[in-house]
Amino acid sequence: MSLGDKDTVKAFWANVAGKEEQIGCDAVSRMLTVYPQTKTYFSHWKDLRPGSAPVRKHGATVMTAVTDAVSKIDDLTGGLLSLSELHAFTLRVDPANFKVLAHNLLVVLATVFPNDFTPEVHVAMDKFLAAVACALSEKYR
Amino acid sequence: MVEWSENERSIISNIFSNLDYNDVGPKALVRCLVVYPWTQRYFSSFGNLYNAEAISTNPKVAAHGIKVLHGLDRALKNLDNIKATYAELSVLHSEKLHVDPDNFKLLSDCLTIVIAGKLGSAFTPEVQATFQKFLAVVVSALGKQYH
Repeated sequence: MSLGDKDTVKAFWANVAGKEEQIGCDAVSRMLTVYPQTKTYFSHWKDLRPGSAPVRKHGATVMTAVTDAVSKIDDLTGGLLSLSELHAFTLRVDPANFKVLAHNLLVVLATVFPNDFTPEVHVAMDKFLAAVACALSEKYR
Repeated sequence: MVEWSENERSIISNIFSNLDYNDVGPKALVRCLVVYPWTQRYFSSFGNLYNAEAISTNPKVAAHGIKVLHGLDRALKNLDNIKATYAELSVLHSEKLHVDPDNFKLLSDCLTIVIAGKLGSAFTPEVQATFQKFLAVVVSALGKQYH
């Protein structure tokens, strides 16, 4: 990511403040609906329906982590080390799914910020989420 | 063969009947060229694509975006036979245009995001799933004649 990309991400992400839960819940709901194979990671949840309590909670968890990643944008590998270990050794989420969740997050951002989610913001966010996915995959092998 | 429920047919039909092709078409192609800049390789004859500003005001990009979006009309009219419907276009993209079929998915993701932006909360998870299924079938059909 260029300096411009990082600035774009930080500036755009400021819009998210206060809407994290709504956005996170919507992104996870969409992921489970549009890509049903992702449900296999949540067989321990009682309710996998869009907007359910576990979905809402997980959406919030994910968004807190992404917001944290924005603050660590200059060193994602270092900053997300423990999350990488969690995903690699405990959760063992196939890294292809990071792309899936990222796509759904971008779709939600487009619906919530139709005017601010310009092509320039889109490309910066896409690069950022890809970098986050890369940092999360660090410890896999 | 791909199965479509009545609900899916109705969702797809609604999206297209309320679609402003002259707005969405250009926006989708612009987004594709900006977010995935390597896709610009197919448009060397379009003139100035140097930055997002240039791309978004380029009249050739806009015209082409509209054309490509109307290309989806044939899938809409032939939901039960999309593969055969796109056979000719698939050959065109392979033999004449030499487009890497991976690019179809990139454009379809951008189109999804533009439609999401237009429909807002009306673009529910269910609508998204149906629309992405539709685009995936078209993308697959467009890649079928490559060899």
